[in-house]
Amino acid sequence: MTGSDVTVPKQKFVWVFKDTLTVAWRNVLRFRRLPRLLVFSTIQPVMLLLLFTYVFGGAVADDAAAYIQFLLPGFLIQVVVFGSSQTAVGLAEDLSGGLVDRFRSLPMSRPAFLAGRTLADTGRYLFLVALIIGIGSAIGFRFENQALPAIAAALLAVLFGFAFTWITAYIGIMSKDVETAQVAGFVWIFPVVFASSMFVPIDTMPGWLQAFARNNPVTFTVDTVRTLSLGGAIWENLWKSLASIAGILLVFVPLTVDRYRRIP
Amino acid sequence: MPYIDPAQDNPPIVVVQGLFKAFGLIRAVDGIDLTVKPGTITSLLGPNGSGKTTFVRILCTLLQPDRGTAEIAGLDVVRQAAAVRSIIGLAGQNTAVDDILTGRENLIMMGRLYHLDSKEARRRAGDLLDFFGLSDAAERRVKTYSGGMRRRLDLAASMIAYPPMIFLDEPTTGLDPRSRLGLWEVIKGLVERGTTIFLTTQYLEEADRVSDTVAVLDAGRIIRQGTPQELKDCCGGDTLLWVKLANPASTNTAAHTLRTLDSEKLRVDAVTGLLHLPAREGNTTLVQVVRQLDSAGIDIADLGLRQPTLDDVFLQLTGRRAETESREQSDDGLEEGEPSGRP
Repeated sequence: MTGSDVTVPKQKFVWVFKDTLTVAWRNVLRFRRLPRLLVFSTIQPVMLLLLFTYVFGGAVADDAAAYIQFLLPGFLIQVVVFGSSQTAVGLAEDLSGGLVDRFRSLPMSRPAFLAGRTLADTGRYLFLVALIIGIGSAIGFRFENQALPAIAAALLAVLFGFAFTWITAYIGIMSKDVETAQVAGFVWIFPVVFASSMFVPIDTMPGWLQAFARNNPVTFTVDTVRTLSLGGAIWENLWKSLASIAGILLVFVPLTVDRYRRIP
Repeated sequence: MPYIDPAQDNPPIVVVQGLFKAFGLIRAVDGIDLTVKPGTITSLLGPNGSGKTTFVRILCTLLQPDRGTAEIAGLDVVRQAAAVRSIIGLAGQNTAVDDILTGRENLIMMGRLYHLDSKEARRRAGDLLDFFGLSDAAERRVKTYSGGMRRRLDLAASMIAYPPMIFLDEPTTGLDPRSRLGLWEVIKGLVERGTTIFLTTQYLEEADRVSDTVAVLDAGRIIRQGTPQELKDCCGGDTLLWVKLANPASTNTAAHTLRTLDSEKLRVDAVTGLLHLPAREGNTTLVQVVRQLDSAGIDIADLGLRQPTLDDVFLQLTGRRAETESREQSDDGLEEGEPSGRP
């Protein structure tokens, strides 16, 4: 048997998409079966939403009913950003077993392993965003704009989650073990989330923190989602939000894919 | 897959020349030349840390060599890595299956990633589950599988595309003796279908049972290559006899007495004080030894027949034991896996 006797299948570009869907299918099955993810993806965000609304509502706004109008658009970003920490953990888990070696020895497209993962995560964010809008509506939140901007608000939140998932994917793939990924995928999220216009108006923060909060991509996106939901000038923040999403993807997609190709 | 007669003089399917890979100061693969004939089983025998896994990872395109070349079916593992991946299957040291998916889902996923269409992936998954005796567990999550079942599923996953070349990195490590025997049968079955197998192992018995050719790896170099029989012959044949003396002080006298039986291959273990010598006639040799020592007035505490191990090979070829960091582990596995005697 020489080289010519062994038939080598031709590589086809369409496989990138097929492989991505196969890997996404695998991850969706995992989401549905792992209780840990169910807790992270449903119970925790709902609990936080209720706590924020009823504990801080009176202090931040006049009452809970007024605060939820301010809070909920930001909370859509909160759930996807917190949810993205699971990508780091999931990838670190795959790396710590032998599974990634197997995937990398297959004729499948290499970026597809990561694209499938992030696609499945994006599906998770879509579910999370719908869940939070549902629960929020049940406790008094109302979109004050038309249906189309409301849908755009939800989709922007999901898109923002997709971008953040590539950051945590990079963290996951750089982590040596699951514990590291758990910590590294989570700690940096707190300042990014809290030092923004998500929970309170930026004006109430000290000056140095305002400087950070006003240039935080989370703020751009929260403000856009808020104006899409409640009305107001959209474009000023929308382009900044889309630019930061593009920026994050342009940096972290190549970094993550390159790292995956060269895992030692 | 056409049947390929291993005896026929086919051009090699694997050609490795001057392969070299270092991690910092450690030369994991230190200049390996190797060829593998198609339709055969080749074992790479060596202790932990000898470079087996690094070598396999380079051949499977997971790692780039520093120097040298490796070709599979004429395809370069670095320059034509993507093409190589479509003709190989790998079952690595850690079982690479998804715990949360069922056995069937795992195989279908692998089939899809080898670009089989959905129907074909399902059909082959069913066939392989049957073949590996996993049909009853097919719809259970892999998390509930035993170690042996996981290994079998892992092996099935590496075969889903019926690749002409399969790499198995320590396929039976951690398996109980029964599962190990089962896996050997499967491996032999694959070769009968024309697949070429390259496996790594720490067990001489495993290399002996399954392979056509054995290459012994020591610190990144191949120090001996041949048939399993040639390898066993170099350290005293199929069966060895060990003797523990009641009084360690009589060791030299005993060794002197027994030299009449097989002068060249008799060995005294400096650490344990045991005497080892070939038992070419099996029990007959054992009886002779007992008689000779008895007539010389030397008391025996214990003795028995055993099969040669990796340690014997290493002592013979290098004068050293096959020392590794995790020796206890490999010794445990060895005892578990090897029956006490051979017919």
